[in-house]
Amino acid sequence: MVRYAFKRLISLALTLLVASVVIFVAIEVVPGDPASYMLGLNAEPATVNALREELGLNVSKPARYLNWVGGMLRGDFGTSYTYRTPVADMIADRMVISLPLALYALVLSTLIAFPAGILAATRRGSFADVSIMGVTQLGVAIPNFWFAMLLVLFFAIKLQWFSAGGFPGWEDGVFTGLKALTLPAIALALPQASILARVMRSSLLDTLDEDFIRTARAKGLTANQSLWRHALRNALIPVLTIIGLQFSFLLAGAIIIENVFFLPGLGRLIFQSISQRDLIVVESVVMLLVFAVVVVTFIVDMAYAYADPRLRARYAA
Amino acid sequence: MRTKNPATLSIVAACCLAGALISGTVYAAKTDLVLGMQLEPPNLDPTAGAAAAIDEVVYANIFEGLTRFGSDGSVQPALAKSWTISDDGLVYTFTLNTGVKFHDGSNFDAQDAKFSLDRARSDTSTNAQKQLFTGISSVEVTDPETLVITLNKPNGALLFNLAWGDAIVVSPDSFDKAKTAPVGTGPFVFSRWVQGDRIEITKNPDYWGKPAKLEKATFKFISEPTAAFAALMAGDVDAFPVYPAPENLMQFEADPRFNVVVGSTEGETILSTNNKQPPFDNKLVRQALAHAIDRKSIIDGAMFGFGTPIGTHFAPHNPAYVDLLDNSAYDPEKAKALLKEAGMEDGFTTTLKLPPPSYARRGGEIIAAQLREVGIQTEISNLEWAQWLEQVFRGKDYGLTIVSHTEPMDIGIYANPEYYFQYDNPDFQQLMTDLEEVADPDKRTEMLQSGQRMISEDYVNGYLFQLAKTGVANSDIVGLWENSPTQANDLTAVHWK
Repeated sequence: MVRYAFKRLISLALTLLVASVVIFVAIEVVPGDPASYMLGLNAEPATVNALREELGLNVSKPARYLNWVGGMLRGDFGTSYTYRTPVADMIADRMVISLPLALYALVLSTLIAFPAGILAATRRGSFADVSIMGVTQLGVAIPNFWFAMLLVLFFAIKLQWFSAGGFPGWEDGVFTGLKALTLPAIALALPQASILARVMRSSLLDTLDEDFIRTARAKGLTANQSLWRHALRNALIPVLTIIGLQFSFLLAGAIIIENVFFLPGLGRLIFQSISQRDLIVVESVVMLLVFAVVVVTFIVDMAYAYADPRLRARYAA
Repeated sequence: MRTKNPATLSIVAACCLAGALISGTVYAAKTDLVLGMQLEPPNLDPTAGAAAAIDEVVYANIFEGLTRFGSDGSVQPALAKSWTISDDGLVYTFTLNTGVKFHDGSNFDAQDAKFSLDRARSDTSTNAQKQLFTGISSVEVTDPETLVITLNKPNGALLFNLAWGDAIVVSPDSFDKAKTAPVGTGPFVFSRWVQGDRIEITKNPDYWGKPAKLEKATFKFISEPTAAFAALMAGDVDAFPVYPAPENLMQFEADPRFNVVVGSTEGETILSTNNKQPPFDNKLVRQALAHAIDRKSIIDGAMFGFGTPIGTHFAPHNPAYVDLLDNSAYDPEKAKALLKEAGMEDGFTTTLKLPPPSYARRGGEIIAAQLREVGIQTEISNLEWAQWLEQVFRGKDYGLTIVSHTEPMDIGIYANPEYYFQYDNPDFQQLMTDLEEVADPDKRTEMLQSGQRMISEDYVNGYLFQLAKTGVANSDIVGLWENSPTQANDLTAVHWK
């Protein structure tokens, strides 16, 4: 187990190193100078140069890479070119929206998907199954931003129950904050719930066909008992994997939804920074996301090893 | 969705629950205003960045300069209450207002004005419009209420230049905080910036001039046109002074809750042409280009009819404007004949590089189709702003591009042969040099008009239209600027009916 963990840790570090190089090169290769972007059409070349000097852009690229990586190792993500505030603060500001939004959407999606998936699997071929499969098919197919616009049209413009977007901040209370995140969370959750429900259903169906379920039934358990005691736990493994993947997607991939609801989240920060050529922000945020995904993968790997004795045995000394 | 799907049911249940908890509308005399803006300012220091969004928040609200623009574009006194100009036009003596305080409580005097101007024109200055201050040889303080600016040579545009947002007055004690927490002298005080979402300003109770009528104003940043529409309709935003989706304006016009305000801007939208890149180094080809373009279908197709055709690089609402549309009237047959005369009867292929705004992207498609009619093929590429600045503006690697030049009175850019359209005409350059030394308004008008003719007759660029300012506001709001003589949302006089 320790050897396995050690091996995974080394590959984690290597992944991060390679990712940092790829991110830096990819972003530095993109044409566009942050200083001339900020100063616009009438700026004199000397002024642009003065700003480049001030921003530390006149240093060679390898030196800038080392500065950046060195800073991150010390926990310093650098200072944004355009906003001139520490990138770490900006990320923290956006995280207080992106993280709760991702969790909110994940909870909603799980709450929808689990009952739907279990219902569909246990009543295979029934009307409920067919309609759940039909609706989830639709849920996967409908782009979430379009669904988001429908939500806005109905709940914000027609009924005026919610505001059409924006985020008032958590200072005004948890309820106000959650209210502002409700429509976006629903829009995000629906496609995810559709996928999850389908995975849940097929995984459960596979498990229900397994020998041990037949054994469970043979020893006298009812269909329901065998479902709750044996099938569900085994069927959960692929579902949890999908949930893990969905969470990292929701954290950064909510960008379109963030635009529809004009939420100042992490996705929009990346989007904005790319168009403003605020390279240091893009680099640091992307790196942070890579880090998050790699760490989540590491944890999942460890959990597998814990859950599955075969994996442990392979690495036993 | 009339199924007994648990998913649908739980959503409906969740929404009902949330909806039930929402408080009712509050009825009270409104003294706050929420203003929508498409772009968020990168920082709040107008002396260190070109982003229009900076001035749209701080100009006249938080920061003031010695002079300022009125809503009609005229230059008016601000921190300077009056001035005298020496007979040779070299010495400007400003008498400053007294009792003016910065928002941090410190007093404003001539030293602060001197500091601000010296900072803007210094060698290490990062002022995006540093050219506004060229020609200033010294700035002296004679007493706390008097500031003397001495020039190398007369400059008729000095008072105009000092009205720009880039020339506002900051205090030496707080200028370094301007990017995130600006301290100015204006009628509003910066209160809070939730990055990515909004900026809040509140009324300055100690304002030296006429106090603002609003207690509080919020600038809310909504980049998506559909989201802007929804925010107005849902009442989250009271006004969108520069509304990003002209296609929705009809719908707002029909709605009694809203006023649609169509005003003018300083944005000359032009088909910029690389005058040094063959075949555009040939005036006949540029002339052919001009005659191949049908402005009306561009304005109708790309701008839903909002925009005023222009025949030169000058704002039509300016008294010095000359109507030169006939020079480049739509005439594809003439364009073909001109191309033939230039030896290009088989046409040619060029690049058309388009920055993100919809006037460029939509207008570009229409122009490409019109040029194809006369045999000019274009390879369209869509660029982001940063790429556009790099390739087109700095690299001059382009044939044609479309861009709106939004700086007020910027005909002077044609005097710079290094400018991205690379127009090099010594006569025009001389004219602009001479103009700097003329302060007499009539003489200036005459010179500006001959300048307009020169660039129109040289067909430097394809002159398309003056960008309109299309805003949407709640019909109970009074006092918003209709036109946009500079990019600003002056809220000083805004109030609710």
